Amino acid sequence: MAIIPLERKPLSLAERTYLPAILSGLKTTFARLLRPIETLEYPEQRPAIPPGYRGVPTLVKDPNGREKCVSCQLCEFVCPPKAIRITPGEISADAPTAQVEKAPQAFEIDMLRCIYCGLCQEVCPEEAIFLQNQYSMSGYTRAEMVNHKDRLYELGGTLPDPHLKWDKKKAAAEHGNTH
Amino acid sequence: MFDFFFNFHPVIQALIKGLAVVLVIFPLAGACSLAERKVSAWMQGRPGPNRAIVPWFAYIPFLGTFLQRLGVFHLMADGAKFLFKEEPVPGHVNKLYFVLAPALAMMPAFTTVTVVPFGAYFDGAGHAIPLALANVDVGLLAVFAVSSLGVYSLILAGWASNSKYPFLGSVRASAQLISYELSMTLSVVPVFLWINAPGTPGTMSLAKVVEFQSLPGFWGGTWFIFLMPLSAAIFLISLFAETNRQPFDMPESESDLVGGFHTEYGAFKWSLFFVAEYSHMLVGSGVFTLLFLGGWNPLPWIPLADFVAWLHGLLGSAVILHPLFVGVLSIAIFLGKVLVLIFFFMWVRWTVPRFRYDQVMKLGWQKLLPLAIANLIFYALAIAWVQTR
Repeated sequence: MAIIPLERKPLSLAERTYLPAILSGLKTTFARLLRPIETLEYPEQRPAIPPGYRGVPTLVKDPNGREKCVSCQLCEFVCPPKAIRITPGEISADAPTAQVEKAPQAFEIDMLRCIYCGLCQEVCPEEAIFLQNQYSMSGYTRAEMVNHKDRLYELGGTLPDPHLKWDKKKAAAEHGNTH
Repeated sequence: MFDFFFNFHPVIQALIKGLAVVLVIFPLAGACSLAERKVSAWMQGRPGPNRAIVPWFAYIPFLGTFLQRLGVFHLMADGAKFLFKEEPVPGHVNKLYFVLAPALAMMPAFTTVTVVPFGAYFDGAGHAIPLALANVDVGLLAVFAVSSLGVYSLILAGWASNSKYPFLGSVRASAQLISYELSMTLSVVPVFLWINAPGTPGTMSLAKVVEFQSLPGFWGGTWFIFLMPLSAAIFLISLFAETNRQPFDMPESESDLVGGFHTEYGAFKWSLFFVAEYSHMLVGSGVFTLLFLGGWNPLPWIPLADFVAWLHGLLGSAVILHPLFVGVLSIAIFLGKVLVLIFFFMWVRWTVPRFRYDQVMKLGWQKLLPLAIANLIFYALAIAWVQTR
């Protein structure tokens, strides 16, 4: 590569007094003074969350109110910091969604361990766990920082479900087509 | 109407006047610290302190929220906090000097206020009577003499703290203050050369300087900032250095000396240093206003007397000519200019980064001092030529 010698001009008298530079700086800061404020006043004003944001992991229900998790424990196994602990449970045979067979008896996510990586959401075959918009978790004790099943469903709410896979399975089984 | 006041014993009169001035200066210095926080916030695109509110004020529909957003109550909360929080005195300090330093910082700051005139009214004959606690003839000399004592408090604080950073801070402070005092003093000499024309009684009075800027005619009404711009510039730059403001924030220099000379101080003693700094700023801005910005004259070439006469003609009310109204008006004009200067101090603070220590010394001794001397020689020759012609 060719070396390009730069000509370094000595500072002019005006530049050496600093004053023109200071004056232009003063102009900049004064213009800044008149512009509107850019910070948010946090607890009252919240930032807009962009789509695809990875907040606190939550469990969701389908539009029929069925809990989507079938306690397959894939998220528990994939979780790098081992923040998820699932106790699998059965769905009683007389329940309307008995064909699903399994649901978590207990589902705990330790938010002191969670690294918000989103692998649980990615691995979930049932689209039951989502990292949603909540970005601030706080508590006074370690126990408070563990999200239990009820809390996870409360945070997650209901998300639209285009597949309703278990309803289709049930309908197919009733028509004699059992895959 | 106010004859009863003039019938008091002079000592009581002086006490009342002194109290009135202190009652203005103290809240003003506090308000400056709030203004500093608000201005810095706005310049950085933040809202600044705007949360604290006294419960009863929350019920006032519009004013309450306005004052809250302005952060006025943070000022009170801070003051109360400084009063009531624990006063830590580190074990390794020299206790007497450690306690003495903040008190010593306040004394020169408030003493200089006494000789600074802050307004004027007209007596029956139309002569302007300056309003000052002590309208002494040494005027500016007294301001310089007393305000330079302020450096002792910094040295004492640094020395008594018996710790490295405060010591470094105070060494820097003393070097800086002594260096810039020279150019500051030299820069105002042309003003006094000009007003002390041969054959007139000699004076160093600040009120006389304003009187000269209120004379009729083009050259009479010119503020000295137009007549002697270089003097004004040197004085202003030195003022920044003398009041330890950015870009000459050597004694404090948070980034490399923790807190500088007041590192070991906390609570009320710390706040005393800051009230003293703001008082220095107020007095310094006041002196600059008197010397170069026409004091209580509203605009260049429009002296206070003309302004009052114009107001009288406009409104036709005899109240305008009352000495009390004129006095309050002149004080308001003077304070307005001082506050604009204070804003300028803050404005510069958030514009210019701090100089390095060697740059400060170089600027003081190699640039400003020769410039001030050259300026003095030039104006001495020019004034000699003009006044003996």
